[in-house]
Order: sequence, then structure tokens, then C-alpha cells
Amino acid sequence: MNTPLRKVALAMMGMVVLLLANATYIQMFTADDYRSDPRNRRVLLNEYSRERGQLIAGGLPLASSVPTGGELQFQRRYLDGPLYAPLTGYYSLRYGSGGMENAMNSVLNGSDGRLFVRRLSDLITGRDPRGGHVELTADPAVQQAAFEELASRDYSGAVVALRPGTGEVLGMASTPSYDPNRLASFDAATQEAAWEEFTSEENGVPLRNRAVSAIYPPGSTFKLVTTAAALESGTATPDTQLTAAPSITLDDTATQLQNYAGNRCGSGETAPLTEALARSCNTAFAQLAAMVGEDALRAQAEAFGIGEQDLRIPLPVAPSTIGDIPDTAALQVSGIGQRDVALTPLQNAVIAATIANDGVRMAPEMVRNILAPDFSAIDEFDPQRTGRAMSGRTAEQITQMMIQSEEFTGGEGQISGVTIASKTGTAEHGADPETTAPHVWYVAFAPADDPQVAVAVVVENGGDGSQDATGGSVAAPIGRAVIAAALRDSS
Amino acid sequence: MAGSDDAPEAATAGTAAPVEPAPAPQIATRRGQELAMLAFAAVVVTTAMVLVEINQGQDVSRALLYYGVAYLGLFATAHIAVRVLAPYADPLILPCVALLNGLGLVLIRRLDLAEASSALAAGDPIPDGLVSKQILWTAVSLILFIAVLVLVRDHRMLARYSYTCGLAGLGLLALPGLLPASISEVNGAKIWLKFGLFSIQPAEFAKILLMIFFAAFLVTKRDLFTTAGRTVLGMELPRARDLAPLLLAWGMSVGVLVLEKDLGTSLLFFGIVLVMIYIATERIAWLVIGLSFFVGGCLIAYQLFGHVQRRVTAWLDPFSDYDGAGYQIAQSLFGLGTGGLFGTGLGAGRPDLVPEAETDFIMAVVGEELGFVGLAAVLFTYLLLVMRGMRSALAVRDTFGKLLAGGLSFTVGLQVFIVVGGVTKLIPLTGLTTPFLSYGGSSLLANYILVALLLRISDAARRPAPASPQRQHGPLAEAHTEMVKRE
Repeated sequence: MNTPLRKVALAMMGMVVLLLANATYIQMFTADDYRSDPRNRRVLLNEYSRERGQLIAGGLPLASSVPTGGELQFQRRYLDGPLYAPLTGYYSLRYGSGGMENAMNSVLNGSDGRLFVRRLSDLITGRDPRGGHVELTADPAVQQAAFEELASRDYSGAVVALRPGTGEVLGMASTPSYDPNRLASFDAATQEAAWEEFTSEENGVPLRNRAVSAIYPPGSTFKLVTTAAALESGTATPDTQLTAAPSITLDDTATQLQNYAGNRCGSGETAPLTEALARSCNTAFAQLAAMVGEDALRAQAEAFGIGEQDLRIPLPVAPSTIGDIPDTAALQVSGIGQRDVALTPLQNAVIAATIANDGVRMAPEMVRNILAPDFSAIDEFDPQRTGRAMSGRTAEQITQMMIQSEEFTGGEGQISGVTIASKTGTAEHGADPETTAPHVWYVAFAPADDPQVAVAVVVENGGDGSQDATGGSVAAPIGRAVIAAALRDSS
Repeated sequence: MAGSDDAPEAATAGTAAPVEPAPAPQIATRRGQELAMLAFAAVVVTTAMVLVEINQGQDVSRALLYYGVAYLGLFATAHIAVRVLAPYADPLILPCVALLNGLGLVLIRRLDLAEASSALAAGDPIPDGLVSKQILWTAVSLILFIAVLVLVRDHRMLARYSYTCGLAGLGLLALPGLLPASISEVNGAKIWLKFGLFSIQPAEFAKILLMIFFAAFLVTKRDLFTTAGRTVLGMELPRARDLAPLLLAWGMSVGVLVLEKDLGTSLLFFGIVLVMIYIATERIAWLVIGLSFFVGGCLIAYQLFGHVQRRVTAWLDPFSDYDGAGYQIAQSLFGLGTGGLFGTGLGAGRPDLVPEAETDFIMAVVGEELGFVGLAAVLFTYLLLVMRGMRSALAVRDTFGKLLAGGLSFTVGLQVFIVVGGVTKLIPLTGLTTPFLSYGGSSLLANYILVALLLRISDAARRPAPASPQRQHGPLAEAHTEMVKRE
């Protein structure tokens, strides 16, 4: 009987070898697939078992993780959720993450390579790796002003404030806003109700960060680009005389293009470029755009960053565009920021900031520093020059025009002792522009001689849906308040 | 044949002794070795316990030390019983069992903590936990273990009750099927006997009883099998009437289990009997015939039963029906994959995400938290246990003992293969407990009886003089001396 017993023993060894071979295959060769499978809740639970890093601005913890004592050990808390939502984004069990929470996830959850040295020490001490923190460039005072100006009036719109010299984002507001705390709830019903509400078209999709994800026709604010193209290409100087007619017929069409309210551009038959920009004369700029030509306009737009794909600041930014320009008439209309021209509020702020920064475009950036779990700095932000969009001389000339423009612009909120350089815009949109309230813009920087802040404000549908709304009456006061907050804080 | 084969085995088994029977005191009992290994197991288990408590954020109190001491005390008692009742028993079998049992307790405690914290998070009352019950079962099992060693002073006496065992075994198997579902059905499987406070799975005990029957039956008839047969296709087959009781019992047991939808146990029974026939007859032809039957049976079962088809589909691609039949195996694979080579650390993973983690899927917990390394270590512990059993089978002098020890050892090996193979997607999943590791009283009780019998046989194998006249046994022991002569 011993021979079969030995064979059976051998067979059982074989069975164990089979089990081990199979376990090797599963636990070593296919392990990563199983580990990273989205249905594997371990990854999620693991994320919630770590102390996710904070999002910090101006010393305030905008987003932080608090211990729960439950199965999911940490819950995300947002300070003044709706106010800072465009800066923080959200972090939800069910709906994943969005905004900065998503863009900086690897740092916040502690898996980023920059934290590795520290993680190695964690490995030795056997501690759960904590996440790193992200310090934002935003200034809470600027953010507060930007959000309050929009939200207190119940406007839908966005504000972006940049530091022209560095590209740092000082404030980024988007309304209607949302409270990310509700998405971070561990209660499934609360999360679901919040998600429904924040993504509904009826509510204006509060989850959409209009500052970087929405594109609007820039209207007259785009005349800055046309002007820059004209000056840089040598087509015109600030004194070049342009038509002052209240309306013109677009080339090769019967379409009439009018100035705002059918006004003449000043008192003469012609008006110099400086005055045309200050008064925002459509007819003059249609003429100028045709003189500049599509190629120069397009080149100038690109120099400002329009059309840039996959821009991350590190929030992903929707590409802005000037659209197709098939003929001269299209060029004329595009030159005043209508037709298919569409910019994000961030892009428009970048244009203002570039002019403010003597024509040098800085890459916009929202992250100032990556911090280790113990708050020591790891990776500080370096301002990135992305190139020169125009000569310093051109920038100076446009600045002078913008100072005049600010003088012509009405509305409230002028700051005594501060010279602002600005341009307003009142952009028609929709299928029936005559009866639809325009999107109104205000782009500006200040102080004009030593710019500390550049802003872009857009208010959808004139704010309250009024046909008479203009950039000057609705958007300019918001922009000035934000500038005031930024200058108060920096002085 | 047994005598000639056994001579070298006896020499290796008792290295300190010459082949010739020597005075008893000169042969090492190796009980000291057993005690040392038990202490080692206690250290491993206590360390594992401390790790779980730390990783689960519990207070590491002195109580843990008491648990360790209590655990050591429990197995020290078992050790003393072995020292007195089976002094020549194999010294590694009990430590292997102690290690597996202890690790099982730690893992069940670990899952209790996970249950408690999810209940806390959900605001539900904290469940009682299973570990205290399992500790109670362990204590009861050890009492039963000692009782078996006391009652069965010589394994050969069991052969006298072979038909009684066979009938009792069949009765136990069929009982849940015959009783109303209210006292026999849990989660759709009619394999239970519910007694208010606790419930048992009679199949676990039937397994051992039937093995005794098969061993005794095969031993008495093996000469007939090998001589009085007809030759078919070059293979000698025994006469049907010689084989009838065996085939009847075999067919009935497998049939009953198939009807009770207990696929795992029917597979186990089929394999055990097949291997025992092979060991008894030494004819490889039986394996070929048996496996052909098996393949045929599987094909028929696949065609006939929807639940068999679902199991196979869930095995081939668990993710095709992720929310249904494939869910459990998919969760197990996620756990194993997340564990990787070294595991997440005891108490630091999420093994509670796998349904039935404390019973059928406890090896998924091992794979997740201890990694491939831990899984391999546990498998090697089983292999060691099984190989010590097989070694006893080789060394013991009587054929009944050989066959029973071989069968018992193979049972453990096959059960581990079926359940671990199922959990790791090597073979289709069939519900079975992992011996000594899984939560469950019946499985623990039955496996301790199994180990007690193995120890009894290994004691007989290494005892210096066969049926030593110096030893004073009761009248029963003298009775079986005649049986040896009968062989």
C-alpha cells in the first residue's frame, strides 16, 4: 500500500504547487489590474483612511479632512463652501472629485512623487502616509470681493483676478456657486440631491466653473486684441484716423453694423484709434480689422494665448477661440469680438494682464506651493513667461487708450487716487440678439503705471436680464471692487 | 506486502532506535519538540493578534497577553493529553493545527472589528462578533479531541464498527435532506441541523464516519478486488457483488449531497473515496475510471442544474456577472490583487468587503492582508500537516491504519485544494470551509476528531514494539489484538 500512498502524497504536493502558481499569477502578475479596478472599493476606502492634505489660501484651510471615527475615517470639510468652490472643487464618495481636488489629487492623497522621500520614512515608521497640502495663490480678500459682488446681486457670471507680473490667480469666482460640503457628505441621499441640484441646467449648472470652463463672446473687450494686432503689425498708430460713422455696411454684404446706440464716434468725420477704442466704436474697429487682415489678427490672438489647448493652471481650462473667418465681413465682425469669437473669463484676464505686464504673457497659475504633511515647503511655484505678445511700446500705447476708456466708462466704484486702465464689453449672443440681454464684460488692470492686479468680469445676460445693461453699468463696478480689494490687500 | 514496505519506514521514523524493537524508554517520544513548536505557534498567533489590534486602532492592553497565555494553556492541555494518551504521536501535527486554528481566531477577530466599525459608522448596534463563539468551539473541540484519544486507545478497534459507522454516516448525510427546511436550511443549502443556540453541519461528521467504513471495507475486501475480478480492456475489474456496498455508499453519499446542492462536499467525498480505492487496490485503473465518471458527472450536472452553470460562468469570467454570481469571487480577486506580494498588513486591509470572508473566503483574507507570502506560508503549514499524516500512514503497520490515515490526510489536502482553488479562481467555486481556519463549529469539531485519529495512528506507527505486551490496556485493547492476527 505504500507505493500508492507515496503517489498520493506527491499528488497533494502537486496540488499545493498548482495553488501557489495560480496565486502567484493573481497576486503578482495581474495584481495591478485588480488593485486599480474602479469597482475595487478598497482604493476608495483607502483614500478615505488617509488624512487628505489641505487646500490653503492666505493661511486659511479652504478644504481639510476631519476625522469621523467611522469606517470612512476622514471626511472633507470646506470653509465657506460656495465662496471658495471654484478654487477647491469637490471630493465626493459617489461622484469622484472635481476642480482643484481632482487636479492636485496625487499630492493631496499622498501618492505624488514629490512627497516620496517623506513617504519612505513613513514606510519605515509604519505610519499611514498622509497627504501633502496645496497652497493656493488666491487672496481670500480678493476672492471674497469677487464672489460677494456677483452673488449679492444674484448675477450669473465669473470674475478672474491675476497678478500681471507673475500670472498668479488672486481670485476666481463663479456664480451661481455650490457648497462642496454637501457633495462630501457620507449620506448617499444628501450627495445625490446635491449632485442633481448642482448639475441641473435649470439652476445654471452651479458645478461649472465659469471662470475656466465657460466661453463667452468677448464683445468690445476683444478690441484690445484688434488694437494690439494693428499696432504690432504697423497697420496703424494710436493717431491713425478711422471712420466715425454711426453705421457702415459690411464688405460685400447688405448688413449694417452700428455703433452702440447709433452714436457717432466723437464729433468729426473721423476719429483717431485712441478715441475709437476709448469710445468703443464698432464701425471704426470693423474698418481697422479689415485693414489688419485675418493673419495678423489670428497671430495676435494666439500670442495672447487664445486657441491654446490643454491649458492647466492646474485646473483644466477650456480653449478660447476666434472661430472661422471666411471673408472680410466675418473679419470685420470678429474684430469687434462678435461672431464666433469666444473667450473664457480667464483668457480675457490674461489679455489684460499681458498688456499690464509690458506685453509679456505670464502663464496663469493657481498653486503657489506644494507642502509636505508637516507643512514644510516642497515645490514652490516659479512664474512662467510664455512669451512676448507685443512690444513694451505697444503695451504702453494700449494702456494709455485703456486709461481714456476708463474715463469714458460710467458706473460706480471709482477708486480715488488709483488710475485704472480698462475696457468694457457688451456682447450680443443668442439666436435673437435684439431681444436677448447681452453678456457684459469689464477687463481692467490697476494701478495703470505699476499694475498689481488685472481682472476680467463677465456677467451673463446683463445681470438682471435687462436689454440696456452695459459693461460699464453692470460689470465695471464689480471689477473696480475687486481691484480695490486687491490693492487694499497688497498695500 | 505491508511488512516489507514498512521496515525502512520504521527505521526513519525512529531515528534514535535500531530497527529491532528496543526497550520503550530509548525511543524518543518527541513530546518536547511538540511543546516547543506549540510555544512557537503561540508566539506567532499572539504577534498576529497584536498587529491586528494596533492596525485596527484598538488599545493594546495586557488582556492580549492573557489571550496568548489562554491560547497556550488550551493547547498545552491538548499537549499533556497527547503526552499521556499517545506519547509516540507525530510531534508536528498538533503544532500545525494550533497555528492554523490560532491564525483563524485572529482573522475572525479581525473581521469582527471590521464589522463593528462599519456598524458604528452606519449607526447600527454593534454585532456580538464571532470570535468568542469560535473560541468556545475551539475549547469544545479540544475536549472532543481528548475524548477521542481516551476512547480510541487503538485505531484498529474502529474497524469493528465499520458498518455501524457507514450507516450512521449515511444517516447523518441524509438527515438534513429529510428534515423540514425550517430546521435544516441556511442560505438555500439544506445541509444543517439547527438546535436553537447552535447549528451543525452533519456532513462534516459523516465524512469521518464514512471514511472509517470505506477503510475497513476496502481492507477486508482488497484481496477479492485484486484476485477475483474479470479483465476488461486490459484492466482487472472486481466482481460487482464484492464492490456493491462500497458503490452503494459512495453513490448515495454523493447523490444526497448533489440533491442538497452541497457541491463542495460531494466533490470532496467523491475524491476521498476514489483515492482510498486507489490506495487499497494499487490499481491506477480505478483512478482512470473514477475520473472518467467525474468528467461525465460534471457534464451531466452542468446540463441539468442551473446553479452548476452559474458557478462555471462565474468561474470563467467573474466580471461578466459582476453584480450577481461573480460578485463574491470578484471581491476575492480584488482583495488578493490589492494584497500583492506582501499584503496590506494584518488589520490594515479591507477583507470585510468579501462576502463570507470568515467562512468560505477566509483564505482571501489571508491573501489580502498577509499577501502571497502569507498565503504560501499557510499552504505550506497545511502541506506539512498533510505530509506528517501521510508519513504516519506509511509508517503504521496495519493496512486499516494505513488506509484510514491516508484517507484522513488526503481529506485535509483535497479540502484545502477545493476551497483555496475556488477562492483564487483556479477551479469553480464550491462552498467548503478551510479546515481549522474558517469560522464554524462543525468544521472545527470534525477536523479535531480527524486530527485525534491521525495522532492515534501516528502513535501506533512510532510505538517501539507493536502491541507491546508491557503496556496495560483495557479489555478493548486486548480484543483488537485478535484482529491483527485475522489480517
